[in-house]
Amino acid sequence: MTRASPVEDPVIELHAVRKIYRMGTEEVRALDGVSLQFGTGEFWAVMGPSGSGKSTLLNLLGCLDVPTAGRYLVHGEDVSGLDDDALSHLRLRRLGFIFQSFHLIPQLSVRENIELPLYYLGWDPAHSAERAVELAGLVGLESRVNHRPAELSGGQQQRVAIARALANDPEILLADEPTGNLDTATGEQIMRLLGDLHGQGKTILMVTHEPEIASFASHQLHLRDGRIERIEDPS
Amino acid sequence: MMTRRVPMLREIRLGIRTLILHKLRSLLTILGVVFGVGSVVAMLAVGEGASQEALRQIRQLGSHNLIIDSIKPTDEAVAGGGRVRMVMYGLRYLDEARIREGFPAVARLAPAKIIRKEVRLGATRMEMRVVGSTPDWFQLVRRPVVAGRVLTALDEEQGTAAAVLTEHGARRLLANANTLGQSILVDGKAFEVVGIIRSAGGEGAVQTPDQDVDIYIPMTTARRVFGDLTTRRTAAGHEREWVELHAMIVEARELADVEPLAWGIETMLRTSHPDGGYQIRVPLALLRQAEATRRNFNIVLGSIAGISLLVGGIGIMNIMLASVTERTREIGIRRAIGARRRQIVRQFLIETVVLSLTGGLIGVGLGLFIPLVITQVAGMPTVVTAWSLILSLGISVGVGIVFGLYPAARAARLDPIQALRHE
Repeated sequence: MTRASPVEDPVIELHAVRKIYRMGTEEVRALDGVSLQFGTGEFWAVMGPSGSGKSTLLNLLGCLDVPTAGRYLVHGEDVSGLDDDALSHLRLRRLGFIFQSFHLIPQLSVRENIELPLYYLGWDPAHSAERAVELAGLVGLESRVNHRPAELSGGQQQRVAIARALANDPEILLADEPTGNLDTATGEQIMRLLGDLHGQGKTILMVTHEPEIASFASHQLHLRDGRIERIEDPS
Repeated sequence: MMTRRVPMLREIRLGIRTLILHKLRSLLTILGVVFGVGSVVAMLAVGEGASQEALRQIRQLGSHNLIIDSIKPTDEAVAGGGRVRMVMYGLRYLDEARIREGFPAVARLAPAKIIRKEVRLGATRMEMRVVGSTPDWFQLVRRPVVAGRVLTALDEEQGTAAAVLTEHGARRLLANANTLGQSILVDGKAFEVVGIIRSAGGEGAVQTPDQDVDIYIPMTTARRVFGDLTTRRTAAGHEREWVELHAMIVEARELADVEPLAWGIETMLRTSHPDGGYQIRVPLALLRQAEATRRNFNIVLGSIAGISLLVGGIGIMNIMLASVTERTREIGIRRAIGARRRQIVRQFLIETVVLSLTGGLIGVGLGLFIPLVITQVAGMPTVVTAWSLILSLGISVGVGIVFGLYPAARAARLDPIQALRHE
């Protein structure tokens, strides 16, 4: 199944991507021939029951994993054959991650957590601190920059994670159940923040299993047994 | 689109911060290295102190000198038995003359005749060690003059009855600077005390030629007054001993002459004394030997202490492996954000090196302190050398790298997806 109309400026293209795990003697086809284009500035919700392959898809899209077969292109560049260093570089330059359980580093302050991508980009300390504080302001946490993650609420921690994901000004934001560990009200705040970022033109790919959360996205991708079941494309 | 490298200084700062976060654990982790480095430095200081003490004693003998002693043959080797035994051994006046004339490399030579006689000063009577020698003796065995003068060429030429006390002898006779000019009786013969000199220092392992000497008198006087024959009462009867010279100090002109000269004299004496009865000591050879011994000694001591450093390293590795497991999630996060494997390796390696180097620095402090205590309490000489500090710091950094490499590599090998899922 493919999109109704071809995308003019795809950020990501998948061509017959397969991911096959071997569990003992059994083969698990986590992704079984997925072909799709994600356009610039689109906000996708990837949905499906557990075991449908949505986490595997996100790991591939996030360059944390490589497909067993098929081609995966970012801005027309094939990344399927890249080595670990090149994939790390790609993540550092082009991607931002938001995780279900926030994944902040506990011993670092809010500011230092936000600075983390800039640290690996080799920014000098003064500039990166400045940018981190600016991003903390963007997610409404300018007064908490010197706090430790443990001193913040779940919603605040997720906002720090979003600020961190934005630090390298990524082309694609990848979110894995970003509201999974939050109550409904806080979850909605986070989704509004993501909605705002989408409004500012960010490309967002989000995995979720909650329809209410998925409704914030502009497009929906439904997976089942490693295949595309359905695409909801407003265009 | 090149990524600039993270400056090392920032990596080190990050490492230090992480370690400070777990102060107690970091402290316990480095204890092994602290004691390892401390014991390496302390052991080397003790070894160095002991060997320098030995070298000092040997140097006292004079590196240009050879010392030839007359050795009394063992009783079994002495011919004849009965009530009166006659023993003849040792260096002869002829040997002295042959060495003086036969070897151009000889700069000076001081012969010594050692006689045990009863000495009287006022009411004090003592059996003392009286040495007849020439003025050169005082050049070859340099001891500070405490009072008066030493023997002169004039004493030697004229065979004067001058006597120079050593501090040791003066103490036994209850003499002091006021005794100068007074008479002492050596075996009933009057001598005038003309000077007091410092005694051989210390109770070192090296026998100096002036060890236990009480009184010096001119060689010519000693020969004239006391002769070469001494009679001693023993349990078995009388024992008569004929010895012309008891010792000789021979000084070579050049350092390079010392060993050939020793060899030459040895060869000469072997022909004239086929039964032995003499022994040549070469301080320079002893020095060389002592230096070789000292090197081996230091290596052995250092290696033993090095084992504790190894144990310290294993301790660090243990904790770092635990730390890697504990921080699996952090590693996953860093990798997801874009840190390369190499950067994770560096992060953990820098932490272990910071740990081991800190341990090394504290250990050096400990290693500087322990020798002070040893010297204070046990009275053993200790010397902390700069190279032992550099060596042990270098080794502690090496320990950090070697034992940090495996945990760091394990951290970097983690699959980011698995690492992120880790609880």
